[in-house]
Amino acid sequence: MKALRRGALGVCLSGALVAAACASAPPAGHPAAAAPTPPQSTIHATPPGLGQYPYSDADVAFMSGMIPHHAQAVIMAGWAPSHGARHDVAVLCERIVVAQRDEITLMQNWLRDRGEPVPDATSTRMKMSMGGMEHAMLMPGMLTDEEMAALDRARGPEFDRLFLLGMIKHHQGAIDMVNTLFKSYGAAQDEMIFKFANDVYADQSTEIDRMRQMLAETPNAGGGSLE
Amino acid sequence: MRGNVQMSRLITGSVVAILLASGGLVAGCGGASKTAPPPSTAPSGSATTSPAQPAASTPATTVPAAGTATPAAPGGRGPAPAPPPAPPSTMPAPVKPTISETAPNPDPRVGLKAGWWDAGQAAWNMRMISTTPPAGKVLGATHSDLAFMDHYAIQGNYNGFEIYDISNPVKPALVQTYLCPASQNDVSVFGHLLFMSSEATNSRSDCGFGGVPDPVSTQRVRGIRIFDISDLHNPKLVKSVETCRGSHTHTVVTQPGDNDNVYIYVSGTAGVRPSEEMPGCENGGIDDPNTARFRLEVIKVPLNAPQTAAIVSSPRIFNGLPVPPRSEERDKQDQAERAAAQAQRAREMAARGQTPPQAAAGGGRGRGPAGPPTGPNQCHDITVYPAIGLAGGACAGLGLLLDIHDAAHPVRVDAAADPNMSFWHSATFSNDGSKILFTDEWGGGSAPRCRATDKMEWGADSIFTIENNKLVFHSYYKMPAAQTPQENCVAHNGSLIPIPGREVMVQAWYQGGLSVFDWTDVAHPKEIAYFDRGPIDANRLVGAGSWSAYWYNGVIVSSEIMRGLDIYELVPSGLITQNELDAAKTVKFQYWNTQDQQKFVWPASFALSRAYLDQLERSKGLSADAIASARKSLDSAEKASGSARKTALSELASTIDQSSTGSSDQTKVKLLSKSLTDLATASKSPNP
Repeated sequence: MKALRRGALGVCLSGALVAAACASAPPAGHPAAAAPTPPQSTIHATPPGLGQYPYSDADVAFMSGMIPHHAQAVIMAGWAPSHGARHDVAVLCERIVVAQRDEITLMQNWLRDRGEPVPDATSTRMKMSMGGMEHAMLMPGMLTDEEMAALDRARGPEFDRLFLLGMIKHHQGAIDMVNTLFKSYGAAQDEMIFKFANDVYADQSTEIDRMRQMLAETPNAGGGSLE
Repeated sequence: MRGNVQMSRLITGSVVAILLASGGLVAGCGGASKTAPPPSTAPSGSATTSPAQPAASTPATTVPAAGTATPAAPGGRGPAPAPPPAPPSTMPAPVKPTISETAPNPDPRVGLKAGWWDAGQAAWNMRMISTTPPAGKVLGATHSDLAFMDHYAIQGNYNGFEIYDISNPVKPALVQTYLCPASQNDVSVFGHLLFMSSEATNSRSDCGFGGVPDPVSTQRVRGIRIFDISDLHNPKLVKSVETCRGSHTHTVVTQPGDNDNVYIYVSGTAGVRPSEEMPGCENGGIDDPNTARFRLEVIKVPLNAPQTAAIVSSPRIFNGLPVPPRSEERDKQDQAERAAAQAQRAREMAARGQTPPQAAAGGGRGRGPAGPPTGPNQCHDITVYPAIGLAGGACAGLGLLLDIHDAAHPVRVDAAADPNMSFWHSATFSNDGSKILFTDEWGGGSAPRCRATDKMEWGADSIFTIENNKLVFHSYYKMPAAQTPQENCVAHNGSLIPIPGREVMVQAWYQGGLSVFDWTDVAHPKEIAYFDRGPIDANRLVGAGSWSAYWYNGVIVSSEIMRGLDIYELVPSGLITQNELDAAKTVKFQYWNTQDQQKFVWPASFALSRAYLDQLERSKGLSADAIASARKSLDSAEKASGSARKTALSELASTIDQSSTGSSDQTKVKLLSKSLTDLATASKSPNP
């Protein structure tokens, strides 16, 4: 939890919202604000031995942003044993912890191999500089500190419910990041980025469906917004 | 954090917009004003062909010349992995296998030395007979799936495909390398045609190496490429059938009775392409009749006019899903937990003076947390078995059973969920079609999922019987030797080995090596042979290992992602006898695509009858005396000829028939007796 509180000045950006100003996380499904036209990102040569295609800033931003995104998923899922998750939720959580930890390593290696800055494996904030100020941001779909605190307080069925709602939103954010990546100039030409982004899309879509099914079997789970 | 300062180099306000703009607004992103793509790299090497290249266009200014260094960042480049070293002119001799009925203990697969070409090896009851490193421009490219025709193996790779002559499996000969970069470049063959899957966004219509940086581009091809390989030295691209989600894998489907066409089931796990790039591609939900998700694409290929191949149907095989995991015990427990949860929540709310809310309607946005579950929206791979009219669909969150009697219009007949199966990846039927094995490629093949800490039922195979077209779960199988964190390892592609009367299969586990196992007893699958190498690198995970390991006409051929084409043979042991292997080798195919399963039919042979006798000895289905006597009779029948042989075999068949009544293995005794009768019938010819 220490990592979460560090980003008190965090610019919270979530879901489809694009905003330069600080904002709290909008509810899931908030209508997208008009997005500025993304510029052409810059292309970099891939060092020898790492593949024949160049990589782009969009690739770097995707990998850099997905590390804190995954880091939060690992924290959330890691609570299952201590927070009394029911069996099927606990199984899913255990798999998420193993899978996303491995993927954090993969992303860190990808960045390190290319001489790019490597985000910490446990920080849940994307560090960014905007207008000369450094901000720590939440990537799409991530839970705010308040949402994380509510999840951490919950036990048993309430944990299941909040976890499923939160992780569905979290996974959807990851898929939004993949979709954004594929819409960026020069992105995902690199073999490993393409494969990883595609795996995130396929694996997390599959898990979203599995979680929706679990949620459908969760008492009073309707409504679909987080407390 | 050291990285913060450097991060600001790239995170400008506008890039933030790229990062966060989600949900579709990318106007101008990769629009028409971009520079032309860089010219494709010309193919090189005499044994290399590639389609005609377009006239060189203006070189791109956005792609720096190769070797331009990225500015060094204080964050620090880690030790970059070494490019693949050139393979030695003579490959190290493969390890001598341990041959035994009991698996070696401790398992020699644990702790093998790392290395590209000289990694440590462990072999049990099988032997590597050749390893052929990739050459030229495909060295270092990811090697993918395999297809076979005549005495050729065709191996896909992310830069194209290679054709090997394997008539002498000890020394495969490279016939042709064809360059056409894309992933996964999974290959299948039929007649004079080769089919190849392209899914990557860098896949170019001209098969060039320049990639396609524009997010929307007419130069991108994602779908199925069809080649005419009548001349193996000069494959010709005759058609690219584009699909909305590209093609991750595909399956060639034959329709019994139709010799003029084949069908291709396209499995695409990627997102939907923009409709600006491919008109008509819609990314809608399950209720959208035009969505490119929640459907299977079926391509019809007229064999005489492959250039007219096109999508003929898009069956909605996912409608009405999902299904809950089928485990009665688990269901009961979950129901009890849910009831308890409901009661507890009601109590808690009552204590706070609140009324428990009614469950609200499930939303309808289709993407919020409250959206209803819809089941999978694609398959990863489909294995068809036209001889029985069924297909096994490995479809992300579920395993499906499909009726394919009408190949163009497959219909779902059952679906299975399993709490331990993360990502249903591929399927293999038993030869009689009564059983099916699904793999779970948990982590997509890039992750080390065979560590000592990884559960044996995760990233494993799950074994089902098919009972009245219903999938009934029995057990899991996972390659049992713990691998290092430097070895990507999970269940992957394999095929049946035609050992009569048993379900024996060889399977690739990436850097977990090859595992041969017997799943005749669906409750107790058992490993009977293996081959494994150490990791590529002792200190970092370099993706490698066996992508596919398939039996073809007497040998096991493996596509090693980085190390090329490996060929193995099984060695007789107490677990597989020489007679069983000899019988397996009597089954020959003209071509083989593993995802288009063909039925094994064993011609009558002395090896076949002896194989059944060996199995009855193993199962104690006949007395030792009866087996010894039968073997003696078989030996003398083989020495006899003409009518003497025929009479001897017929007599033996009826003796065996009579002993079936008391046997604990009557099915096998009947197989033996039938094989003898068939052999008698065939014994008019001097040498069956």
